[in-house]
Amino acid sequence: MSNSAGTPREITRRQMLRRIGLTAVVAGPAASFLAACATSGGNSAASPTATASGAATSAANPFGVKADAPLEVVIFKGGLGDAYATDVHEPLYKKEFPKATVKHVATQQIAQTLQPRFASGDVPDFIANSGSDLMDNGALQTEGQLLDLTQLFDAPSIDDPSKKVRDTLIPGTVESGLIAGKPYILNYVSSGYGLWYNGKLFQEKGWTPPKTFDEFKTICDTIKKAGLTPYAYAGKNASYYQYWMILITAAKVEGNQVLIDIDNLADGAWTRDSVKQSAAAWAEIGKFMDKSYEGLIHTEVQTRQNNDKVAFYPSGSWLENEQKANTPASFEYAVTPTPSLTSADKMPFEAIRAAAGEPYIIPSKGKNPAGALEYARIMLSKEGAKGFTEKSGSLTVVVGAAEGLTLSPGLKSINDAQTAAGANIVTYSSFENWYKELETELRKQTNALMFGRISADEFCAKMQKKADSVKADSGITKQNRTV
Amino acid sequence: MRQGDGGLAAGLFSARLRRYGFIFSFLAIPLILYVVFVISPYAQAFYISLTNWRGISANPQFIGFENFTRLLDDDVFWAAVRHHGLLLLAMPLITIAIALFFSFLLNLGGGSRGGAMTGVWGSKFYRVVYFFPQVLAVAVVGVLFQAIYRPDNTGVLNGLLKWIGVDPVGWLINTDLALWSIMAVVVWQSVGFYVVLFSAGMSAIPRDVFEAAALDGAGRFRLFFSITLPLIWDTIQVGWVYLGIAAFDCFALVQVLSVDRGGPDNATTVLPLEIWRTAFTFSKFGYASAMGVALFFLTITFAALSLRVTRRERIELS
Repeated sequence: MSNSAGTPREITRRQMLRRIGLTAVVAGPAASFLAACATSGGNSAASPTATASGAATSAANPFGVKADAPLEVVIFKGGLGDAYATDVHEPLYKKEFPKATVKHVATQQIAQTLQPRFASGDVPDFIANSGSDLMDNGALQTEGQLLDLTQLFDAPSIDDPSKKVRDTLIPGTVESGLIAGKPYILNYVSSGYGLWYNGKLFQEKGWTPPKTFDEFKTICDTIKKAGLTPYAYAGKNASYYQYWMILITAAKVEGNQVLIDIDNLADGAWTRDSVKQSAAAWAEIGKFMDKSYEGLIHTEVQTRQNNDKVAFYPSGSWLENEQKANTPASFEYAVTPTPSLTSADKMPFEAIRAAAGEPYIIPSKGKNPAGALEYARIMLSKEGAKGFTEKSGSLTVVVGAAEGLTLSPGLKSINDAQTAAGANIVTYSSFENWYKELETELRKQTNALMFGRISADEFCAKMQKKADSVKADSGITKQNRTV
Repeated sequence: MRQGDGGLAAGLFSARLRRYGFIFSFLAIPLILYVVFVISPYAQAFYISLTNWRGISANPQFIGFENFTRLLDDDVFWAAVRHHGLLLLAMPLITIAIALFFSFLLNLGGGSRGGAMTGVWGSKFYRVVYFFPQVLAVAVVGVLFQAIYRPDNTGVLNGLLKWIGVDPVGWLINTDLALWSIMAVVVWQSVGFYVVLFSAGMSAIPRDVFEAAALDGAGRFRLFFSITLPLIWDTIQVGWVYLGIAAFDCFALVQVLSVDRGGPDNATTVLPLEIWRTAFTFSKFGYASAMGVALFFLTITFAALSLRVTRRERIELS
C-alpha cells in the first residue's frame, strides 16, 4: 500500500513492460549509441552462420544440428520459473537428439553469471536474458556476440513444414526483436492489454462489456447506479495504464500509423483528429471516476476492483498474476478490448494491443549455435509453447498454442481476445523509452485530462508542444521506426 | 658559535614547523574531504551545466549558456522556484512560531516555583514526545502520511472527517492544497527539533533575569516577548537559516507523497526533484546541472540575506 513498497513493484512492472515487446526498442538506441562511440576493432558485428560447422541439413533438421553435440541452456529463474525448460523444452530436444547432452543452468543473475563467460569466450548456447540483471542486448549485438535469428524465423515450422516459423507467430513478434534492422532477439511471451473486469460479477448483474463508446457510457451509468465506480485507474503512479488506452483508441481510429508517427515525432501527430477524438472520448469516461483515484497507487485501485468497488480497470495480462493474493473466489478476471469510437474506425472492435516480451538470445560464439536454433524452433512449436504456458502461466507468441489447455480465467480471456483479434494488433509505443520527457509529460497531461482539469484540445496541444520541444532539442538522439 | 646560532634558528624553525605541522595535520583531512566531496562536485556541476552531457559519453559538448536560457522559459522550473518561495516564507515562520510556543510552555510556562522558572506539568514527558517525529526517517514519515492523507474515506484524516459528516478532502490531489499538505508534514517533523533547540537557548538564560522581571510584575506574555525572545534571538536566527535551507530541499517527501511525483499539474514539484528527474530519468545531466547551479545561487543568496537581515546586537549576559 505504501510507496516504499509500491516502488519496487513499479520497477518490476516497468521491467516487465520492457521485456514485453520493448526490448528491441531499448536495445536499438543503445546499440546505435555504442556503435557510435565505442569503436570495436574490425568487422566484429558480422554474424557467423550457424550451419558452417554442422551436419548436413534436411527438412527435419534445417540447421544441420550434429546429433551428439552438447547443448548448454541458461534460463533466468524468475517469475516464470525454469520448469518449462527442464520439463518441456529440454526433454523435447533430447527426444529429437537422444545422443546429445543438454546442460541446464538456472540463475537469477544473468549478467553476473554470463558476462565473464562472454569475456573469456566460453559462452553457453542459448540464453533467457531476463530479470533485473539482464545483459544489454544492444551492447552484445554491437560486440558481434549475437546470432542473427533470420534463419530461425525463415525455417519451416515443426507443426506445419509448409509454413515458416515467422508465420506461426503473433504479428509484430519478429519486429519486436530487431536491433539495427535485424532480428537478434526472440521475444517469447505475449502480453495483451485491455479493460479488465470481474466476469462473474458482470454475468450476475447481466452487464455486457461495451463495444462502442456510447455503450461504454451507458453501461457506466448503469454500474454507477449499482453503487460501483464504473471506471478507474491509479493516478498517483500508474497514469501510463490510462495513456495506453488513449493511444489504443487513437490507433483504432486511424490505424497503427498514428502511433508510429508519434514515435517518430512527426509534426502535428498529437493534434490529429484520431488523438483528439480519443482524448475527448476518454475524458468523458473520466467523469465516471471518483476524484480520489488520482491519489491512489495501482495496487490500491486493483484491490478495490477485487472487492467489486471498481468495474473496469485498464491494464495488461500480468494483472491476474499480480493480484493473485488479493483476488477473492467471487472474482474472475476477464478482459475486453477498448471500445470502438466511430463506425469509420480503421481497426475493428476486436483489435487489441499485444506485445511480445521476455527476450531469448543465441550467442554467435557458442559451441553449438545450430542446436540452439533448433532448441528455439522447438520452443516455437505448438507443443513447446503449450508446455511453456502450462508450466509458467503465461501465454506465448505462438498463435493457437494454448488450445486445449485449461487456462486461468484471465489468461483464457486474453487468449480468446487475441485469437479474435487475429492480425488486428495495435502496435506498442517506443517513445515511452526513447523520449522519457515526452512520456513524463504524457503521464502528467493524462491525469489532467482524465480528472477534468484540461480539455482534449488542450491535451493535444500540450503534448504536441512537448513533442516539438523534444524534436528541437539537439541534445536528444532521435530514433526512428517504420513498422 | 655560528653553528650554535644556526642550530638555534633551526630549532626555532623546526618548533614552528612542528606546531603548524601539528595543526595542519588536523586540518588536512577534513579539508581534503571537503574539497574532494563538496567543492569539486560543485565545480564539476558548474562546468557540466555549460554542456549538453547526457551522462554517458566521455567528452560532453560545450554549449555555453544555452541550458540557462532554456531554464528561463521552462514552466516546470519556475513552478518549482515559486514553490520554494512559498516554502521559504511560510515553512520557517510556522515551524518557529509553533516551536517557540511549545518550548516556552515546556520551560517557562509553569510560572516560577521556588524562585526557578518551570515548565507546564509533565513538560519532561512532552519534550521527549515532541522529538519523536525527528527520530523517524523521512521515508517513514512519507509512508505514514500516505495513509493519513489518503484521498478517500480509508485515509486517517478523511476517516475522521467522515465521522463528522464532511466529504473527503483531496489533501494531495487538490492542486491548491497539495503543497500546503506537504508543508504541514515538514512542519510536523521539524517542530520537535526546534523545541529542543529553543529549550536549550532558554535554559541558558540566567534565572535572575526572569526573577527580576517577575518581581517587577511581568506576566508570561511580557516575559516571553521582552525577555525570552530577545535573549534567544541568536538561536532563532540559526533555526531560521536551517529551515530556509530545508525549504530548498523537500525532495523525499514530495517524491513519496505527491501525485505523479511533483503533481498534480506540477503543483508540488521542487527543484531537487526536477534535478533528479532531469538527470536520471531524462538523462540530461547538463540541463540538470544548470538547475543545480540555479539552486546553489538561490540557497547562497538566502543564507547571506537572512544572516544579514536578522543580525542584531548581541546582549551580553555575564
